[in-house]
Parts: sequence; C-alpha cells; structure tokens
Amino acid sequence: MFALVDANNFYVSCELVFRPDLRGKPVVVLSNNDGCVISRSDEAKAIGIPMGAPFFEIKHLLDLHDGTYFSANFALYGDMSRRVMTLLQEWAPAIEIYSVDEAFLDFHGFHPLPSLREYALEMKQTIFRSSGIPISIGIAPTKALAKVANKVAKKFPAQTNGVHVIDDERKRVKALKWLPIEDVWGIGQRWSERLQKKGIKTAFDFTELPDDWVRKHMTIVGLRLKKELLGESCLTLEEIEHKQSISVSRSFHDELHTFDEVYERVVTFISLGAEKLRKQKSVAGMVLVYIRSNPFREKERPFFKQGVAKLAHRTSSTIELVKYAKLILHKIYEPFPVKKAGIVLLDLISSDVEELSFFHPHQEKHNKLMETLDKLNDKYGSGTLRIAAQEGSLRHHVLQQKLSPCYTTRWEDILVVKAK
Amino acid sequence: MKAQKIWSDYRLTFYALDEKARMEFPYVETIPAGFPSPADDFMETPLDISRLLIRNPSSTFFARVAGNSMEDVGIGDGDILVIDKSLLPAEGRIAVCYVDGEFTVKRLHFENDVCYLVPANPRYKPIKVTEENNFIIWGIVTYVIKSLL
Repeated sequence: MFALVDANNFYVSCELVFRPDLRGKPVVVLSNNDGCVISRSDEAKAIGIPMGAPFFEIKHLLDLHDGTYFSANFALYGDMSRRVMTLLQEWAPAIEIYSVDEAFLDFHGFHPLPSLREYALEMKQTIFRSSGIPISIGIAPTKALAKVANKVAKKFPAQTNGVHVIDDERKRVKALKWLPIEDVWGIGQRWSERLQKKGIKTAFDFTELPDDWVRKHMTIVGLRLKKELLGESCLTLEEIEHKQSISVSRSFHDELHTFDEVYERVVTFISLGAEKLRKQKSVAGMVLVYIRSNPFREKERPFFKQGVAKLAHRTSSTIELVKYAKLILHKIYEPFPVKKAGIVLLDLISSDVEELSFFHPHQEKHNKLMETLDKLNDKYGSGTLRIAAQEGSLRHHVLQQKLSPCYTTRWEDILVVKAK
Repeated sequence: MKAQKIWSDYRLTFYALDEKARMEFPYVETIPAGFPSPADDFMETPLDISRLLIRNPSSTFFARVAGNSMEDVGIGDGDILVIDKSLLPAEGRIAVCYVDGEFTVKRLHFENDVCYLVPANPRYKPIKVTEENNFIIWGIVTYVIKSLL
C-alpha cells in the first residue's frame, strides 16, 4: 500500500502554528510581491476567496470578515516542511518527498496492528502535536489511488477524520465515481475539457475507456494512469539524462568591477548548476570557477583566471558548493573588469553510488534542505528561494508588506513567551 | 584550531578560541596520497551543545521569555526556552501555553480534571483554565538557556 500525506493549507498552517489567535478566521498567504493568494485557511475558502486571486480583488472580502493576510515567508515554510518530512520518515519504511507539502509513503510489506487506518490516525495526531501542522492521509494500493483517497479524506474531514483508506473494490469504485475528472492526478485542464466533451465526468468514467483509445490519444502516460486507478501499481520515477559535467556561464552586458558583484553571480551559477546536478541525482567531486575580461578590448591585456577545488566529499548541496566556489574566487580574483564568469561541476557520479561509500558517513547533510529548495523553486518559479548571497536577493527588493517573523530560522525572530 | 592563552592562575588556565581558525574546513586540491595519520582511527566529533539540548530536532522550537513569573525555577526575563512540542503534558511539567491571546510559560498542575497554570514566583497567582479560555498547551519546556553575563 502507498500513502499520500499532505499538509492542509500548508503555508497558512505554518503561520497559524505561531499565531493561534488567528485560528478560525480567514487567513491567506500571498505570493512574492504580495500579488496573488497562494494558500487559504478553510475559513478563507468558505468566504469565497479563490486560489490564485489577485490580492486587490479579495482585500475587501478579507476586511469584511475580519481576515488576515501574510506575505509568503518561504524561510519559515521551508523549515516547517523539513520538520514534517523528517517526522514522516519515522512512520514508514520508505518515503518519497513529492513537493514541499506532500509525500508518498511506501507501506509495502508493512502491516501495522490493528490496522493501517488506526496507524495513520496515530501518525496524523503525532505529527500535528509535534509540528503544529495538520495533515490528511490517503492510503491505497497505487500512488494514483492514494491521491484519490487523500482527496476523499480532505473533502470529508468529519466522516474520515482526515484519513481514508481504499482497500477494497467497493471503496475504490465509490471514490472514483465521486471524483470529478478535472481533479484526477495528472489530468490537466486541457485534457479534462476534452474528456468532458466526450462525456467523461468522473475518474470512474475515465477507467471505463478502452485501453486502445487511451493509449492512442493520451499516450502510455494516460494508460498508466488508467491502470493505476484500476488498482494496478505501475508508476515509475521519471528518468533524466545523466550528464558527465555541468557548466553554467554568462557574459555580462556591463563589466563587473568588484569582488562582491562577481561573487554574487558565481553563487547564482552554482545554484543553477547544483539544481541540475540534483535533478539528475548526481553529486560532484570538483568545482571549477573562471573569470575573464573582454578579449576584444584593444590596448588592454586580456585576463583569464581559473581555479579548481577538489571537494572533501562529493556533494550536490548548493551551500557546500558555494563554500568551495568562494574559496576559489578569493584565490583567483583580481580587480580587472570581468566580462564573463562561469562555473563547471566535475567528477560527477550518481548520488546512489555515493551513498554506498563508507568513507563519508556524515555527508549530504543538506539533502533535505536542497530538496525543499528545488521543489519550492519548481513549484513557484526558479529563484523563489535562494541562497542569501545569490544575485537578486541583494538587488531586487521584494515587496513584502506583512512578512511574519522567521520563528524557526532566526534567533532575533523566535517567539516571545510571557512570564507575567 | 588554535587557542590563545588569555588568563591563568595557579589552578586554571583560560583560552580564547581563534575564530578564524574555527571557520576552516577541509580543502584539498589533490587526492591525499600520504600515509594516513594513526590518530584518524580515534577521531571523534567535537561535543555539540545542540545534541544535548535537542532530543527531537523536528519538534523542537525556541522562544524568549519576557517577565519573571517563573523566576524561582530559574526561568528569568530574556532567557531562551527549548520547547519540545512532541512531549505530552503531564503534572508538574513546565509548558508554553497559549491563553486568551498570548503565549505564556507556567508549570502545569491538574486537580479534579481542572488545569491550573502555576507561576514560580509568590508575587503571581495561578491561572485556573476554564472552558471560556481560548487555551492551548503549545509545547513542553525541556531546557532553559541563560546568559550569566
């Protein structure tokens, strides 16, 4: 059996951990620059605030219902996500972190007593007590069905208590007949419209389509989804081409004249490179950094400087790689006008292989953090979450009118508790 | 790590740590091929204060104290509390609670199914938690970090 665990209204829930006074009120979290609603409390949903609504359109609704909004505090959400994911790992033999607020748990060969449902209820309660984050759990024989079960758990909290298990044919059919086609995992808007025109209204209707039709029109991906919904587990992880080295470089329109400017760019390049590295599930053993002046400029001697560092341990952590890049840059930097800079990550091997090495038992301490970083950046656009020294964090001031304190990541922001 | 002697008497010597030295980390340009140090086999990681203070990292939070109602158990104004949310409330445990709009730190006392929040300072009175109170036991205090300077 698989479980799909996801946090309810995750960003809002993170804020409410430290603001219990706002429980039971409409609360929303806004995207960067306070543009759009990206998370809503149940009460905010109830007063009709749609997901993605521009803030100016819903501000009056919030005011009318004594609601509150927050600017997105990704430092807080990232840390809370890490906590929830770490807690989940204690509950299952294997876990796949699917997004910042979702994870698949693999319960194959695992039969807790008295039942999976009881076990899941206990897990839900413990995770809420330990982190303050409420979760919903869907359990089923396939990943796609676990997603369906999760939707049932979320939609009917009173009946399910936030946990729904699809473990027989009757429950499977009932859930699929209830689930609208547009809410099926992997069916995009375009496909749900096409299917609806064909009279396919629910997930159940979809599973009634002939295999040939599904394969012909929706490729093997669609067919896999159909099989998954029928209870046949067949979803595999996406494979990504494996590269031997990864390089990132840019020429600058305006030459850079200070170490800090160059460093900022190099950190951006490392971040991009490290993200690619993690996508193909590799770790790097060496980092190369180079800078050069404009070779076409007359009368001036062209400069080209480069340095390589061999890493103490192979890694894909942006934080570790940045440390080495900084060291290299300190060694090679000279104050000439820098026209182009670049980084190359070398000596790549699969991170699976690296995990088998016993020489570095303490490696990859940033794995979870990097995973969260990548997933946030995937979900909300590259550069949503950055390393502090990275380009952009200094230059473009982001409008964040109502940013909550970073309760869990900055000493100056921790909770204040009264003893009065 | 270099240590610099800063003060000593006939019994004790105090050293200051060289902060720069502390920032160093392994940086090797080529694969080390020399004879490994026999001391490597006996290497242990240095003591880490957070390991002592934090048993459950995922459920541990910090908070700063404002006020002196818990003075008699050593929780003073400005101290930092280490709070473990995963621990269950129990008689006598010191808890961070949320009561009527603010966070407060008190000792828990249960009597005839009623919860009291008991201060540790005779100048303050216990709070009886009633159904009208908006009340949450937010987490259990495990350590207090106090600066003596």
